[in-house]
Amino acid sequence: MPWIDACSTDDIDEEDLIRWDHGAQTFAIYHSPEGEFFATAGLCSHENVHLCDGLVMGHLIECPKHNGQFDYRTGEAMRAPVCVNLKVFPVKVEAGRVFVEVA
Amino acid sequence: MSKRDYSLFGADAKRAVESGLTAAEWYHTEVPRKVMKDLMARSDRPAIRDTIILYGSMILFAGIGIALWPSWWSAPFWLAYGVLYGSASDSRWHECGHGTAFKTPWMNNWVYEIASFMIMRNSATWRWSHARHHSETYLVGRDPEIAVMRPPEVAKLILNFFGIIDVIKFFPNLIQNALSGPTAAEKTFVPQSDWGKVQKVGIICVAIYAVTLIAAISWGSILPLMVIGLPRMYGAWHHVMTGLLQHGGLADNVIDHRLNSRTVYMNPISRFIYWNMNYHVEHHMFPMVPYHALPRLHEVIKDDLPPPNRSIGEAFAEMWPAIKRQVLNEDYFIRRDLPPTAKPYREDFHQYVPGMMHPGDAE
Repeated sequence: MPWIDACSTDDIDEEDLIRWDHGAQTFAIYHSPEGEFFATAGLCSHENVHLCDGLVMGHLIECPKHNGQFDYRTGEAMRAPVCVNLKVFPVKVEAGRVFVEVA
Repeated sequence: MSKRDYSLFGADAKRAVESGLTAAEWYHTEVPRKVMKDLMARSDRPAIRDTIILYGSMILFAGIGIALWPSWWSAPFWLAYGVLYGSASDSRWHECGHGTAFKTPWMNNWVYEIASFMIMRNSATWRWSHARHHSETYLVGRDPEIAVMRPPEVAKLILNFFGIIDVIKFFPNLIQNALSGPTAAEKTFVPQSDWGKVQKVGIICVAIYAVTLIAAISWGSILPLMVIGLPRMYGAWHHVMTGLLQHGGLADNVIDHRLNSRTVYMNPISRFIYWNMNYHVEHHMFPMVPYHALPRLHEVIKDDLPPPNRSIGEAFAEMWPAIKRQVLNEDYFIRRDLPPTAKPYREDFHQYVPGMMHPGDAE
């Protein structure tokens, strides 16, 4: 699977996320409090709301519509009303750029 | 004039899906990300303070009520206790259900369970119905929490100021939940993974009410019911009053909360009981903003919203005549003007929806 240059590490504040669209897909890219980067599907698995407007708290992303929560490191659904895990994508950082391995 | 079908299995439910209304993106005011992050930030402190005041006051008022029972001197204390039990529990159920009241999850969950019991809602069912209310606010046939269905049944609305309709609906539903889990309608919005939880909550609630009833019968006194159960009726008036204002008389089948929700400035006591849900347009537009940050959010986005009603009285003066007109003409609704600073309503979003007319067209 190809690694795609998604953004600069400076584009995302710590403990925050951005939306990144590639082809027909939309992703969410996260900057954890420890300085690591992660990527998940960009839409909530509950009702297709963009997660980019949500709130990152530690390692959780909260959906802006219904307050469902996922662990963005694993995609695990952590709080109702979300029940279905988020798809996660491998991420690597090289020379200040964030690359996502797009499936 | 159209005839609305509020059944979750009905023709309007089907039309809302087929027309694309349920999948449409809702309007929201643009707020800079850093400002929104600040507004969304969670904190335990305000909710701990408010919860101590709430439960402390309830214990105090109920204690005095019990001490003075059966004298009429106990009445004011029961009235105060009742409003906290039968109305403040509505807002606590609501905010903790969103998970925004406290930063710490178990605190949200505990207050949510206690408040759900007091407001007589199955905690496992209503979490999901409220999710639908936010996805599809006042979409006919889709939103299971429409308080004023058209044409409004005014007598029922008035009876509910004393919780009568809610309580009459609650107990048969609760018993059904306890015996066999969610009802057919509830199964449309509660995922199967939670059906067992619905039944478990039903059994626990039935057990608590049974013990309370047995205590009342064996002591030959309604005092146990004054503490558990009845305050949902004699203290319901405040949450019904504020709840009707949330969407009453406004548009349905739209995807802009400025058209179907109402913000009302209220006195500090009502805002404590209601936990700032008087900022209702703001809450629906940004449900992840905690109750204690809603006044700040209001200041940030108010120029994009219709002017708020200045008081509960002013809001009722706007809403109640509209509800009465809807008795004869269910297509009638109030459409508030936006300030010049606001982005206009997207009329094209709303023209294809069955039953949606402008107020003037409906006369």
